Amino acid sequence: MTALLEARHVTKVFGGGLLRKTQTVALENFSFQVSGETPRITAIVGESGSGKTTLARLLLGLVTPTSGEILYRGKDLQKLSGEDRRAFLHDVQAVFQDPFEVYNPFYKVDHVLELPIRNFGLAHSRRERRAMIEEALHAVGLRPEETLGRYPHQLSGGQRQRIMVARALLLRPRLIIADEPVSMVDASLRATILGSLLKLNQEFGISLIYITHDLTTAYQVSQDIIVLYRGSVVEAGDVEQVVRDPQHPYTRLLVGSIPLPNPDRVWQGERVLGRPAGELRPVGPSYCKFHERCPFAMPMCVEQAPPLFQTDPRRVTACYLYREAPAIQPEELVGVFANGHQVQVVSRPEAQREGGAGGVGS
Amino acid sequence: MTEVLRVEDLRVYYHTEAGPVKAVDGVTFALKPGERFGLVGESGSGKSTIALALLRLIRPPGRIEGGAIYLDGINLLSLDEEEMRRLRLARISLVAQGAMNSLNPVKRIKEQIGLALRDHGVQMSRAEFDRYVAGLLQRVGLRPEVATMFPHELSGGMKQRVCIAIAISLEPQVIVADEPTSALDVVVQWQVIDTLRRVQEELGAAVILIGHDMGLMAQTVDRIGVMYAGKLVEIAPTRELFREPLHPYTQLLIASLPSLDGKGELRGIPGLPPSLLSPPPGCPFHPRCPFVMDRCRVEESILREVRPGHWVACHLH
Ligand SMILES: Nc1ncnc2c1ncn2[C@@H]1O[C@H](COP(=O)(O)OP(=O)(O)OP(=O)(O)O)[C@@H](O)[C@H]1O
Ligand SMILES: Nc1ncnc2c1ncn2[C@@H]1O[C@H](COP(=O)(O)OP(=O)(O)O)[C@@H](O)[C@H]1O
Ligand code: SF4
Ligand code: SF4
Ligand SMILES: [Mg+2]
Ligand SMILES: [Mg+2]
Repeated sequence: MTALLEARHVTKVFGGGLLRKTQTVALENFSFQVSGETPRITAIVGESGSGKTTLARLLLGLVTPTSGEILYRGKDLQKLSGEDRRAFLHDVQAVFQDPFEVYNPFYKVDHVLELPIRNFGLAHSRRERRAMIEEALHAVGLRPEETLGRYPHQLSGGQRQRIMVARALLLRPRLIIADEPVSMVDASLRATILGSLLKLNQEFGISLIYITHDLTTAYQVSQDIIVLYRGSVVEAGDVEQVVRDPQHPYTRLLVGSIPLPNPDRVWQGERVLGRPAGELRPVGPSYCKFHERCPFAMPMCVEQAPPLFQTDPRRVTACYLYREAPAIQPEELVGVFANGHQVQVVSRPEAQREGGAGGVGS
Repeated sequence: MTEVLRVEDLRVYYHTEAGPVKAVDGVTFALKPGERFGLVGESGSGKSTIALALLRLIRPPGRIEGGAIYLDGINLLSLDEEEMRRLRLARISLVAQGAMNSLNPVKRIKEQIGLALRDHGVQMSRAEFDRYVAGLLQRVGLRPEVATMFPHELSGGMKQRVCIAIAISLEPQVIVADEPTSALDVVVQWQVIDTLRRVQEELGAAVILIGHDMGLMAQTVDRIGVMYAGKLVEIAPTRELFREPLHPYTQLLIASLPSLDGKGELRGIPGLPPSLLSPPPGCPFHPRCPFVMDRCRVEESILREVRPGHWVACHLH
């Protein structure tokens, strides 16, 4: 069974060119699959700069991996033939964080919606095209008569974002990669839009990668979740477990920092975790990237990056606090997800586990 | 002076081919010095338009049709363009929605900060300036190296913090922040809001925080104004608004908040926001209101103070 879209050991490093000495590892050794058969909703959460958008852009073929590869139906995304490329452009749709970027200021927003219908010959008449557009706009709470015929700058931020969602809905793709699709809309609309994405998932079997920093909506819509910290997976698995009972100190911080709509509950932010342990300096190139902020940091944390410890059949945590659990390889990650392509996870002897992410063979 | 800012019957329309869009239609509120006032409401309800109007940055086809904006007793709408330019940033500043996209892509961050200062005639030596920029960046939780970076080297969240740094650079009395943190994760949100709060308290500046995250509002502002279709439909102290929302729209908005206590049904308020081209007669919320009565369809609902400090525009009250 070939996955619809697969990331294999993908690393993306920015910078390091002639002009800049500093390098940013935006994503490190990331492996993931979206099945073509079992639609599912995966949330990808993490702080800003954790590599979420980079991941989305990699999966869409908008940036090339520094190492590793992205495969569309088993074929390297960077080397697709014309026909495969076309299929890919239909199968995988994007909704971007920054709705301004994708609009051409000189075209009315109608263009954004008409273009895909034309390109993929989805409508047979003008009337049919108009009906499709209206239906998609309604699904995201927009009035066609007040949206069509306008230029992008004539719409509010939330309205622009919703048009991008409407566009993705129009095409009925196999997968929608949505990068912060509702960050600019209010709670009620957010529920409406996510509800329509959820409906698409259920009715038409469209998979969704929902990228967000909003854990609450991630929890509400997704089955699986991946938490990124500075380009690495720190915790992943069943959303109920990860969000309601976070293990990794960073996930605990994220969950604890959610501002609650209750003025009587104090928003603690960074204080929820307590003081960082401090004093620990990495001894080599590999270490836990969270150690500077972690109150539980131990010497081993700065000697070798923690591998993914499988603390439950449906969850992994990259933290030495859970080193009793067996470690898995990054590419085995899909195995912990619901309906995931089942990768056999064999338990490993103690000695190999100590070797960390790089040292274990399967 | 008990009010640093007073907005009276502000009206802003966008003149489109299809007719005037009444984005802000008779909005009145006031801000005490040092107060944090939250403005919430559905997408498209006119929040950003208010923000732009407060700085007189409305561009055609938009126009301020009427009303008054008093900043420290001066009506901003009566100033000429040059006088207004001098007040911007120095006395009232804006972190625009999506401001991070408007950073100049070919200029280093410190040049962009310098530009804003120079525009207002601030003189500094090079060393002073570098120290100043480092301090400013630190205030918003950014490393000093960011000063020499270009916008494309920063993540969205970092860019947004740069914009906040620019907005506080001249220590204004009123800071208007339009969704300053909606692109940031909760931890950074807390840092930024904490910073904004600290800077604001130091300066004694008032803040208008525009947003849609009711959790963030609950934790940040002293009072909240709820917008619906270009009008303020409720204003109340934060605690009171959450404890006892009076307007049906506010009630539904609070009820639609997702939680971590269990997966609920994802459903927003049924129906579409009203047309601002031809707003419904009577109460603008009547087509979606579960409590609609006959008079709501014909009689406009006026914002009235029904309890001390608690204003609502609804015929039920
Ligand atoms: N330049 C323009 N020309 C025509 N209509 C406009 C223009 N700018 C905004 N509008 C309309 O005015 C109304 C209010 O827009 P505004 O940007 O103030 O909304 P908002 O409350 O800030 O929404 P959001 O929460 O989505 O940012 C919307 O219906 C929008 O489509
Ligand atoms: N084109 C680029 N050039 C240099 N650095 C970049 C570029 N794009 C992203 N980065 C860096 O990569 C990291 C991850 O960024 P991004 O994927 O945008 O994070 P997120 O979407 O999670 O906020 C950040 O440190 C950011 O500064
Ligand atoms: S591996 Fe160590 S430093 Fe990293 S999160 Fe776990 S305890 Fe903290
Ligand atoms: S005035 Fe009438 S329609 Fe409007 S909110 Fe009140 S009860 Fe509902
Ligand atoms: Mg991003
Ligand atoms: Mg806005």
